Amino acid sequence: MAGAILLALSVVPAWAAEEHSAEQFHEEPPILGTLLIDRFEHRWRDGENSIDWDVQGWVGGDTNKVWFNAEGSKPVDGDVEEAEFQLLYSRMTSEFWDAQIGIRHDVRPQPQTTYGVIGFQGVAPYFFDVTAQLFVSEDGDFSARLEAEYDLLITQKLILQPVAEVNVSAQRVQELHIGPGFNDIELGLRLRYEVVREFAPYIGVNWERKLGETADIARDHGEDPSDLSLVAGVRFWF
Amino acid sequence: MHKTLPGLSRRDALKFAGAVGVAGVVTVYPGRRVFAASDRSLDLAVERTRITIDGETSNAISIGGSIPAPTLRWREGQEVVIHVTNRLDEGTSIHWHGLLLEGVMDGAPGFNNYRPIGPGETYTYRFKLRQAGTYWYHSHSASQEQEGMYGAIVIEPAGRDPVRADRDYVVLLSDHTPENPENVLRKLKVSEGYYNNNRRTLVDFFQDAKRDGLGATINDRLAWGEMRMDATDLADVTGYQFLVNGKGPLDNWTAVYNPGERVRLRIINGSAMSIFDVRIPGLPMTVVSADGQNVVPVKVDEFRFGVGETYDVIVMPTEDKPFTFFAESIDRTGFARATIATREGMEGEIPEQRPRAILTMADMAMAPGMDHGSMAGMDHGSMAGMDHGNMPGMDHSAMPGMDHGSMQGMDHGSMQGMDHSNMPGMDHSAMPGMSHGAAGSKDQAVGWADAGTPPGAKALSYADLKALVRNKDLREPTHEIEVQLTGMMSRYIWTLNGQKFDEGASIRVAYGDRVRIRFVNTTMMAHPMHLHGMFVELENGQTDRMPKKHVVLVPPGQVTTVQLTADEPGEWPFHCHLLYHMASGMMTRFIVEPHTASL
Repeated sequence: MAGAILLALSVVPAWAAEEHSAEQFHEEPPILGTLLIDRFEHRWRDGENSIDWDVQGWVGGDTNKVWFNAEGSKPVDGDVEEAEFQLLYSRMTSEFWDAQIGIRHDVRPQPQTTYGVIGFQGVAPYFFDVTAQLFVSEDGDFSARLEAEYDLLITQKLILQPVAEVNVSAQRVQELHIGPGFNDIELGLRLRYEVVREFAPYIGVNWERKLGETADIARDHGEDPSDLSLVAGVRFWF
Repeated sequence: MHKTLPGLSRRDALKFAGAVGVAGVVTVYPGRRVFAASDRSLDLAVERTRITIDGETSNAISIGGSIPAPTLRWREGQEVVIHVTNRLDEGTSIHWHGLLLEGVMDGAPGFNNYRPIGPGETYTYRFKLRQAGTYWYHSHSASQEQEGMYGAIVIEPAGRDPVRADRDYVVLLSDHTPENPENVLRKLKVSEGYYNNNRRTLVDFFQDAKRDGLGATINDRLAWGEMRMDATDLADVTGYQFLVNGKGPLDNWTAVYNPGERVRLRIINGSAMSIFDVRIPGLPMTVVSADGQNVVPVKVDEFRFGVGETYDVIVMPTEDKPFTFFAESIDRTGFARATIATREGMEGEIPEQRPRAILTMADMAMAPGMDHGSMAGMDHGSMAGMDHGNMPGMDHSAMPGMDHGSMQGMDHGSMQGMDHSNMPGMDHSAMPGMSHGAAGSKDQAVGWADAGTPPGAKALSYADLKALVRNKDLREPTHEIEVQLTGMMSRYIWTLNGQKFDEGASIRVAYGDRVRIRFVNTTMMAHPMHLHGMFVELENGQTDRMPKKHVVLVPPGQVTTVQLTADEPGEWPFHCHLLYHMASGMMTRFIVEPHTASL
């Protein structure tokens, strides 16, 4: 874990030096950054409604970036149930792909857990935005996540976005209520209207289903392994 | 023999500037566009200002108090001295685009020991004019050119001008954005398609399916999707106001004539990013000069205009009526407009805008990983107007089942009469801008080169340009330099031979060498390639009358070759003249090593 942090820190001077010739001549600011609040939404469901978020951002140059991810969920009338943060070093490996390494820390659910992350992020053929990540927790548990989304332009401003995410675990993690194998799958469909490129309200549906032993564990706790919700929110970036 | 001008170090220049600066002889007043300089010196201050275009005011930077900067009218053979004072709070520079001069006077920071002019400093340029013609000057620092730092240079020939004209106007085209250029670049880096408001949608899909068939449309979308490229990517930046001599379409800059006069228009594309299609409906233009160099007059109805290029045209309106000078950006998001009229205040009809082209697979013929073998069975019916002549090295044998029958409008006609013997490798590189007019129905333009030229109208082709005088150096090039125009569109990284500026190797040639430069455009965008310090001769089939150019527009997916005599020692910038392409890395050093070869 410490290795990952050290690696992440050691690259900072590398990208600072990356475009040193810019001072002499051109031109592009050597360090750029952006922050995308991809989803910030209210979910209505047959049960307790929630607020959910998914954020990503980066700071850096063409080749090297410091990458930030965050996602989470909070019942409207309760405490935060899920809150995950990732800090990654992201390096361009090809035109369409970045390799990423870093740390993930889940503040919720408790107990708080820290993971090492290795993965890649980019655009697959046919314009699918893909993130694939492998996690190893502080206790040595392995898990993985694959996420893909696609922007279907109905018009220049009206965009339909299907999203799919699947989580896998290599072993049972008792305290997180996770069984081995596929843990859950999540499918979403959101229709957004880009008032300007940087700001788009949306509506949609989101469906999550716990799978295998993870679903059994949920049932034992009296939870429904399936969760369907209507969503409304905003997507915006800087 | 090469004659070097007396060297002027930066230190000397500063001393000199200090001495003269106090005396401060000439001031250029805002709004004054013509500055008649003789052998005397000229002061130009660079400062922040505001510009009002069609009633909208935004930030800008001026040289000499105006946008565009004052037209510098000089005479061949003069020595000119220009004191440039930087009143910005950042470094600046002025580059004399197209002029033959000593490297340090070229004004490109980081090259030839030229350093940016610091805030408050004055730099003195001094050079002898070794040529005549229409050129321009602009900042070569950051994105200052985008903000208004550009102006025209007109150099009268020392002897008789072979071009006779009763009136002489500069027509300087440019693009202005109210956005901060740094922000423009950031948006492109964060979200490359940010400015494209013509991306293909589901609505387009159904329209195309109706026209071309569902199967063909799906195949087309899959082909683009597989390559992760966008068929609508014609221009990176939109939101521009297009200007003629600093005036918007409503402001309507006007050139006045008397019927029967010969009017010379010195048309300069001083845009940061915009390639134009230029025409004057009802008034044919006779091109007499390209990039400041005289050519055998050729009569055209329109021409495609790369960033940084210049064309001098003669028009001869005989009627007492207004004509509209109309320059549409190739992505058709707007136009620059001016009026040629018998008096101020007249307005001609504004023509209908031409259709916006959709790119085709032919426009990415040189793209790496473009596997033509996998195109087997692909229905080319949706690729009307596809020009196979522009696809060098394409192996048609690998495309079984290809149906050429449905490729309506494929225009091989305009290849007749061309001298193929001078086209090494038969790569058709000399045919950029080849007319696809026949392919375009009125509402659709197919392929980058399709300007929507109506049947019967003549669009200028590079092949039409024939130097007025024979080329001086008729040696065969001794070696060839391949320059691949490369990039990662989705990340907005632009490169030469796959490498960003100063990451890549410089190009080195020996003084006196005769070389061929072979541009291979692997990208989906056209790149106006500009070499400082020397003219290149375009291999367009004109044997010993190749036109001399300082900017060569290389269309997407094509190969263009030029020849060059390396007779100006120095370390010259060699770059794409699209500002944000250069800013994101599309530049290299073209070094002419002195004293190593004999001429």
